[in-house]
Amino acid sequence: MLTKIERRRGIALGLTSLVGIALFVGIAAFALLSWDAGQAQNRLLTAYNWRILQFTLWQATLSTLLSITFALPVALALGRRPAFPGRIWIVRLMALPMGLPVLIGALGLIGIWGRQGVVNSLLLNLGVEQPVSIYGLSGILIAHVFFNMPLAARLLLAALERLPAEYWLLSSSLGMKPFSVFRFVEWPAARRVIPGIAGLIFMLCATSFTLVLVLGGGPAATTLEVAIYQSLRFDFDPSRAIALSLLQIGITAVILAAISRFPAPDDTDSSLGRTNRRFDGRNWKAKLWDVAAILLATVFLILPLTSILLAGAKADLWKLLMSSAFHRAAWTSFAIALSAGLLAVATSLAIISARRALADIRHPGRPAKILSSALAATASLVLLVPPVVLGTGWFLALRPFGDVARFAPVLVAIINMLMALPFVIRILAPAIETHRRRTSRLSASLGLSGLPQLLRIDLPVLAKPLLTALSFAMALSLGDLGAVALFGSGELTTLPWLVYSQLSSYRTNDADGLALLLGAICLGLTMLGTAGQRRAGHG
Amino acid sequence: MVDGIALENVGLRLGVKDFHFDCALSAGSVTAVTGPSGSGKSTFLNLIAGFETADSGRVLVAGGDVTQKHPSERPVSLIFQDNNLFSHLDLLTNVGLGISPSLKLTAENRKAISNALERVGLGGFEKRMPGTLSGGERQRAAFARALVRKKPILLMDEPFAALDPGLRLSMASLLLDLHRETGNTVVIVTHDPEEVGRLADHAIFIDHGRILAQASAKEFLARRDIPQLAEFLSG
Repeated sequence: MLTKIERRRGIALGLTSLVGIALFVGIAAFALLSWDAGQAQNRLLTAYNWRILQFTLWQATLSTLLSITFALPVALALGRRPAFPGRIWIVRLMALPMGLPVLIGALGLIGIWGRQGVVNSLLLNLGVEQPVSIYGLSGILIAHVFFNMPLAARLLLAALERLPAEYWLLSSSLGMKPFSVFRFVEWPAARRVIPGIAGLIFMLCATSFTLVLVLGGGPAATTLEVAIYQSLRFDFDPSRAIALSLLQIGITAVILAAISRFPAPDDTDSSLGRTNRRFDGRNWKAKLWDVAAILLATVFLILPLTSILLAGAKADLWKLLMSSAFHRAAWTSFAIALSAGLLAVATSLAIISARRALADIRHPGRPAKILSSALAATASLVLLVPPVVLGTGWFLALRPFGDVARFAPVLVAIINMLMALPFVIRILAPAIETHRRRTSRLSASLGLSGLPQLLRIDLPVLAKPLLTALSFAMALSLGDLGAVALFGSGELTTLPWLVYSQLSSYRTNDADGLALLLGAICLGLTMLGTAGQRRAGHG
Repeated sequence: MVDGIALENVGLRLGVKDFHFDCALSAGSVTAVTGPSGSGKSTFLNLIAGFETADSGRVLVAGGDVTQKHPSERPVSLIFQDNNLFSHLDLLTNVGLGISPSLKLTAENRKAISNALERVGLGGFEKRMPGTLSGGERQRAAFARALVRKKPILLMDEPFAALDPGLRLSMASLLLDLHRETGNTVVIVTHDPEEVGRLADHAIFIDHGRILAQASAKEFLARRDIPQLAEFLSG
């Protein structure tokens, strides 16, 4: 279907981005390995590293278990109550933590679960001596559940809503009681997606950086990523950083390999508007249970968000907005986010068009097949090497060339781009695929190609998914602390870095104000994106 | 009071659509429900099954007033066009759920399930998963479940619409055999005039939420006085 030129151009573009990514990751890896590799090898499993590794896996396991255990009753309740008052808003609320910069979420959680927070004053009033600690393991778990429980609940709900409507009709007509419905209908559906969801959450928690940096960090509560950061930033012990990086890559590789064996959870089919009719759970016990589950989850999510809002509003927002520190950080953040976003979209487009060009070859040879699977794997391979590890590699690679801070903005932008890549491809690939399926034959028969095709056929349809992808990538970059943490300094200050450094210097009032501003910007961008997506989905 | 099905002055409003049904279907009969798409055929069935509750009027099923009753309390079995079986459960479980919704099965129950599967031509298929069956076989399994449930009413929503024409014939004769054995009251929604002639004693034509015609199948198929019905019959 493609002309020869189109095919060649597609493959060339894809190859270029593939080589670019491989070089960027490769140089970082090479720098890591060539820096006194022998010493790092000997220090791979020291008592310290072993403890860090254990803690990383332990907290990720607990976070995953807690998130899913909490999410399951919430998803079941929402599934059984399609007409629950404000249901659509509760489901939307559950999408919020995903779009919220992790650092901002952490601030909100401290506001609620911290020493002076609502929960602990309540507990004190009830006569509980030992308050809940938002720091250390318990804090990390609360935060991971805050971010991942709603994700799990949404994915589980989507799995329930994908079941044929007849199942609910049948089960009520057959007279199944709530437990039978759970056993024969709901649980089998949930069980199919839980491994994938658990894998995803485990991955997110095992590589969690910002939350652990803010809420953990002590020797008893440090994950690999934070330990890498600390050994470079505070102790300047590259060989320990390298040893830890190797461990980190090792466990992400194992997790990714495990995840790839499960069906990927997706909520693309999730109607979230189309509701199944349910006839079960009409008795008051079931009603009470569902209301309790939904309300508990809602309160758990809404309190920290409210805290961000209230604490932020107390700050002198106007003064903050006018301060030169804010201007500089906002400008840097915006420039980095825009470059990262544009780069991510461009790279994704190149990868997608190359895969399409390769798929178009009637009898693909070996190289074509290898290239195609390499392109498909790129997006997830990026996940293999976490931002802190990439940063560490480049930090070491660039040190001989003078002050690393000079290169930092470019590095941060590229690392942010790589972080966004898997998500951007996931947004763009289906949209482009649908568009091609609808128009490619017609375009080919009309002889449309090149610029006219781009302007008249592609852009009008694809503008929305492109905008979605861009705003999503920008929000991700704007809220990211992981990549900038290694390089952040007086010279390179992004908004999250500014919040973090003010938090570290106990200027919490300013931090709260900034957090509100940054949170609003990121959520605004994400909403802009999803709004476009929804409309594109209907169009 | 009738032993079959009666909708007495039943009124229902769904969004902007109004429905009004008033009819009686005698016990042990096979009634075909026809009409253009969106006319209210499925709503008619849902009112009997309990998935819709009438705003006014009464629904009588097998001698009892079920107007306000939950679907599980109505003496009916259901067969849809598709998804009649839980795809992750084997046939024994799928049919067994028709006897006990919590799957507490006695040896006798298991025997009954095997017999029912045998009866619909799926003998020995107890451990098979729905995914390994053809569309016709899945519908047969749904028949087996209706058999073991022993309910006086069988409601079917275009049960053969997804099957090949040849298969429809054999399924229709299976349905009639089972109907003669059990003497149940059958309501079948169909859009196929041939199926009306093949299966039904009576037929109902619904348009815009109202019953435009109700007659014996023979008369029904001969009628040409209602334009919508004439159009339907001419295919």
